[in-house]
Amino acid sequence: MKPSDLSNHISQWFDGSGPGADIVISSRVRLARNLGGYEFCPCLNASRKREVLNKLKEIILSLDLGQDMFFIDVDNSSTLEQDLLVERHLISRQHAQAKGPRGAIIAQNESFTAMINEEDHLRIQVFKTGLQLKECWERINQVDNLIEKQVEYAFDPEYGYLTACPTNVGTGIRVSVMLHLPALKMTGQIEKFYNAAKDTNLAVRGLFGEGTDAVGDFFQLSNQVTLGYSEQQIVDEFSGFIVPKIVEYEILAREKLLKAKPDMLDDKIQRALGVLRSARLISSQEALFLLSHVRMGVNLKRLEGISIATINELFMLTQPAHLQMRQGHELDPDRRDAMRAQIIRSRLCQN
Amino acid sequence: MLCQACKERTATIHLTEISGGQRSEMHICEQCAQEQGIVVKNQIPLNELLSSLLSVQAEGQTSGAGPTGMESADDLVCPTCGMSLKKFSKTRLLGCPHDYEVFDEPLRSLIERSQSGHSRHCGKTPSRAPKAMKNHMEVMNLRRQLEEAVKAEDYETAAKIRDQIQQKQ
Ligand SMILES: [Zn+2]
Ligand SMILES: [Zn+2]
Repeated sequence: MKPSDLSNHISQWFDGSGPGADIVISSRVRLARNLGGYEFCPCLNASRKREVLNKLKEIILSLDLGQDMFFIDVDNSSTLEQDLLVERHLISRQHAQAKGPRGAIIAQNESFTAMINEEDHLRIQVFKTGLQLKECWERINQVDNLIEKQVEYAFDPEYGYLTACPTNVGTGIRVSVMLHLPALKMTGQIEKFYNAAKDTNLAVRGLFGEGTDAVGDFFQLSNQVTLGYSEQQIVDEFSGFIVPKIVEYEILAREKLLKAKPDMLDDKIQRALGVLRSARLISSQEALFLLSHVRMGVNLKRLEGISIATINELFMLTQPAHLQMRQGHELDPDRRDAMRAQIIRSRLCQN
Repeated sequence: MLCQACKERTATIHLTEISGGQRSEMHICEQCAQEQGIVVKNQIPLNELLSSLLSVQAEGQTSGAGPTGMESADDLVCPTCGMSLKKFSKTRLLGCPHDYEVFDEPLRSLIERSQSGHSRHCGKTPSRAPKAMKNHMEVMNLRRQLEEAVKAEDYETAAKIRDQIQQKQ
């Protein structure tokens, strides 16, 4: 498999079929691990990095995870290929932009990925559609146990798994969900959500685009505390308490909007669809913003004949690197805007 | 959403201000926020923690007989990987597992503060009993010496060190 093989379809975990996927698009659990007897990546020279890379690559590729697994040499990939992997959340931007021997191992259906020599020697992650954090944790725990049979992780009885950044120490676990919260945003309550997250030691960031910008009402919420609780406790609190609370607020906000301002809501949804069906040039930001409204319209049954899978697909496939990979070469922003508009038009006008 | 100030870039900073019972919202980009002197705090103010940590360290040192505080803070260097406390405070990343011992005290307070008071792991443990950290550290030190010996073309020493490493692994 080459990165370019991915540019024409969506990842399975992004297809909107999972439990509660109208609001919780997907779940992810990641573990950070380092090998004992090696410096952490920031102090690891190139030849030792190569050693770590080869060792972990061989071990992980030999595991039987019920999926074909592919290795990608991130160091020798083109910028476009790297960007594509970042857009699909298979590797981090940091991993794409780092230097030196490093790689990624990706399962055929993209439900599992491993980053080798990112900030830590090994970061493994499992993705699932909808709210399925427990299932993600069970799966990644199995994989971690399999790897651990063959390597010695840097571990300290008091601090647990040792990580390059001391804020990940302990379990090294990062539990996160992708959320679609258009009604909270529309009703001006997103600030509350940010503050509540901060108060409970959770991190929020926008899902698409870079930095803290949350274009299109999509957010990624994840835990920050990795020490002092078991993995199971962290997963249970997150998936049994925190996420359901937020989902509840979003549902309330949607109901309130439907009741108080149905015309305003329908107007936003229909205008969004109108623009998406007729625009000839559309930036990725505008597309995200409008697709978000259409997505809510479908979820609230204000629109018919459009599937969530189609909308999710458009989110993923109209990102810059996806468009360029599909075309087979780099495109300037104007060409991308035209191509994006054309893909959206053709997909949404079929319906 | 476009930045209200420059109307060019995307607003990435969203502020709610309440003054005189009036609530107002502001949406601006990072550049404009900087120009207007608005400071936005990180979710985890790691920078702040780190700089306060360094200054605590410095105060502790100046009360003693040592030279100036900051220089003393620099003196805390891991012999295994060469990471210093000062470098760590810039990069936020440690150099090797041994650093958790070398920077024990300052790290402990940093970890407690970023882990809402916790300082003890209670999650899963590797089923394979890890070899003593000490052994790992010794191998790392030997490897460093080996590289130096090879660089100095002292192949006799290099061979000895290589044998020592093999014994330990
Ligand atoms: Zn601006
Ligand atoms: Zn060190």
